[in-house]
Amino acid sequence: MTDLISKAPTDWTKPDMARRIAKRYAAERRFKYLGAFSIVLSAAFLAFLLIVMIGGGWNGFKRTVAPVEFDFPALTGGIQASSLTGENAAAAIASMDLPALVEVASSDAFPAGAPDADAVLASSAWTEVRTALLDNPQLVAQKSVINLPVAAAIDAAYKGKGTPEAEALVAQLDGKLSSTFNWPFLSNSDATDPVQVGIWGALKGSLMTMFITLMIAFPIGVLSALYLEEYAPKNRWTDLIEVSINNLAAVPSIIFGLLGLVVFLEWFAMPRSAALVGGLTLALMTMPVIVIAGRNAIKSVPPSIREAALGVGASPVQVVFHHVLPLALPGIMTGTIIGMARALGETAPLLMIGMRAFISEAPQGFSDAATVLPVQIYLWSDEVNASFVEKTNAAIIILLIVLLSMNALAIYLRNRFETRW
Amino acid sequence: MGLAGLFFLIIGLGLVAWFAGRARAAALATDEKHSLNSLPSYHGWFVTLWAIVPAFLFIAVWSVVTPAIVTNDVLAQPAAANLPTEPMLLGAILSEARAIAQGIQDTAFQPEAAAIVPLYAAAIAKFQWIGAAVTVLLIFAGAAFAYTRLSAQFRARAKVERGVMVALLAASLIAILTTIGIVGSLLFETIRFFDMVSPAEFLFSTNWNPQKTAVPGQDNGFGSVPLFWGTIFIGAIIAMIVAIPLGLMSAVYLTQYASPKFRQVMKPTLEILAGIPTVVYGYFAALTVAPAVRDFAVMMGVSNPTSESALAAGLVMGVMIIPFISSMADDSIAAVPQAMRDGSLAMGATKSETIKQVLIPAALPGVVGGVLLAVSRAIGETMIVVMAAGFAANMTANPFASVTTVTVQIVKLLTGDQEFDSPMTLAAFALGMALFIITLLLNLVALSVVKKYREAYD
Repeated sequence: MTDLISKAPTDWTKPDMARRIAKRYAAERRFKYLGAFSIVLSAAFLAFLLIVMIGGGWNGFKRTVAPVEFDFPALTGGIQASSLTGENAAAAIASMDLPALVEVASSDAFPAGAPDADAVLASSAWTEVRTALLDNPQLVAQKSVINLPVAAAIDAAYKGKGTPEAEALVAQLDGKLSSTFNWPFLSNSDATDPVQVGIWGALKGSLMTMFITLMIAFPIGVLSALYLEEYAPKNRWTDLIEVSINNLAAVPSIIFGLLGLVVFLEWFAMPRSAALVGGLTLALMTMPVIVIAGRNAIKSVPPSIREAALGVGASPVQVVFHHVLPLALPGIMTGTIIGMARALGETAPLLMIGMRAFISEAPQGFSDAATVLPVQIYLWSDEVNASFVEKTNAAIIILLIVLLSMNALAIYLRNRFETRW
Repeated sequence: MGLAGLFFLIIGLGLVAWFAGRARAAALATDEKHSLNSLPSYHGWFVTLWAIVPAFLFIAVWSVVTPAIVTNDVLAQPAAANLPTEPMLLGAILSEARAIAQGIQDTAFQPEAAAIVPLYAAAIAKFQWIGAAVTVLLIFAGAAFAYTRLSAQFRARAKVERGVMVALLAASLIAILTTIGIVGSLLFETIRFFDMVSPAEFLFSTNWNPQKTAVPGQDNGFGSVPLFWGTIFIGAIIAMIVAIPLGLMSAVYLTQYASPKFRQVMKPTLEILAGIPTVVYGYFAALTVAPAVRDFAVMMGVSNPTSESALAAGLVMGVMIIPFISSMADDSIAAVPQAMRDGSLAMGATKSETIKQVLIPAALPGVVGGVLLAVSRAIGETMIVVMAAGFAANMTANPFASVTTVTVQIVKLLTGDQEFDSPMTLAAFALGMALFIITLLLNLVALSVVKKYREAYD
């Protein structure tokens, strides 16, 4: 034994030892920097993605307009402003033949030598004249200047990304064009002309789909979480339910699309492309997420609460619905919002059930053909026309704003209402 | 009356039933001797449940069977006698007539369909009224039955609570029903697919070029090997080469080195990466990453690189997976007992030596489980590969080449014309079945690895 004890202690001051320690410390630093590097790299990727999207989408929220002067009394032969109000307004406007009016007025407005009005103004410009007249019939009694959207090529050129010909045209029109916020982008639906497109139809479709999803997934998810956590006996059936739920939470989303296609469309003959079917499909996908979050929230309610309630004579159902559920609700809500945010960003299962049609009007009912925001982004990303790029980016910005605010709400709820026991 | 109107009618009458039941119970409790067994609101709930549950069950069954009844009713009428008897043609005419009668479609393409539209509209209206009448009848019958049973001694709470328990159990069974629905629908269509195309071809052939009609005993271009190779190449190789080092090192840095403030900021930032919709990643991959990858390939001297490459899709998918791996690794490292770390540090090991030689080996099962879950998520991912990987079924290990994946082909096969008797449509379900089985196995293995590991340290 004495050999071991008498062994000479390490001489830390010897140069080779110092070298070794320096080497180890260098390795330590390298490792630490590697860690910092990888996390910064991930964050940089996120920043890059957001910058690319915002940079590309910024122009999508702007549109280029040109002022066109309409000498309505001369052009229309003196239509009275009063005829543009009331029930006959639509007929009176139809009789004015606005597309022709726009053509005449704009040929006066734009310099000689510029190609005809068709090339300058968007083909849908006359619809804006109609809206302006319906909003303010007094315009028709006088010379009025109305700002009309220009064609997609000129719009792109004005924003600095156009073809040489369009650039030349913009130079000719210099001083006439101006940029305004693209309100129609928020109120229109899909269209073939990029000047006209909007996201309202897709956004409304998304909201309707999410409504169905929430109405089905939330009650079912909460009830099964309560059953599994509070009442379920330990037996084979319960195990089967648990395995099903855990597995469903990890099944690829496209499989839910196949399920929706066969079960809802083939077997139940539900309407294709409808928000109803989309909502049902996403509900099946979201339900396991809510169950798992709900079980964790219910588990964190301390047993003393249950025992106290039982002690003063509450029945098991009263214990759960009067005490456990209200206390677990903030946690359940957080999980539900996160699950809903995931469903809102989902594309693949909805492609399977046909929600990829060209929908030019916002859906009116749950069985109308509809599309949703992520699918609209996918459809626009396939468009050949380069003007769709900025619209796609703009739609992505709106989708990200909605999703990030949902997640922020979930975090806020968690911090504000969650009780730590 | 539409389904929504009926729904609100049931809810409204249910509300009335609740107040009626509660008022009845309050009236029953006249004196000390006749004190109620249950609170008056439980009596109200008892009547409400009897009023609305049978009605809702009836509507559920009715809305499933009505289409068939309506069709039979239309076919039984004399005006429908001269319709063609060939099943496919008849089905097409009937479905068109139904669409017009319901207002989904405006004009008929087939003259026979236009002729029977009024018949259809009349039949639909007739059966809607029958359904509404039976529903109202059921509500009143159920409510009346429950109402007559109320008495001071009636154990309303016990009855209502039994109803609640049944509802809870039914809700949990939805999960099993969904699983059965997935397996059933996939299996059913897959079997039909294998009636037309031999399983051997599907599993072992490397020729993917699906044809509209399958000829038995011949290569019909349904060899799925290139698709599975593409899926593994993008999801399990390229994406993981990006995600495992970045995710693991991020987790190590955040748990072991970062100041609490840095951690508080960076952890949610990483989680944002997981919250970005896949369609946005796909768009980013196709429009920004793929051209950069192609330029890089040109710089590297690759001859005629494609604009859709495995590398672009895999890179972006890897970034998407980083937070997933990072949070799984975070959990696993946190689960390693403090004593092991303290012991290593006390022996004079530096922090990085402790991490590399003690913490990561101890946390390895958890990390491996997390990686398996990440792989299962990556191979089921659809939008990124649809938008950035392309449709060409190549068997290549060249990351600059275009490859296709199982999910891409499912989307491609199902977004054209869907004909449930064509092997092209059915092949999508066979691919879906294979994808389901693979992800299921990966998840089961991963969960059991993680669970065993947790038990080892508990």
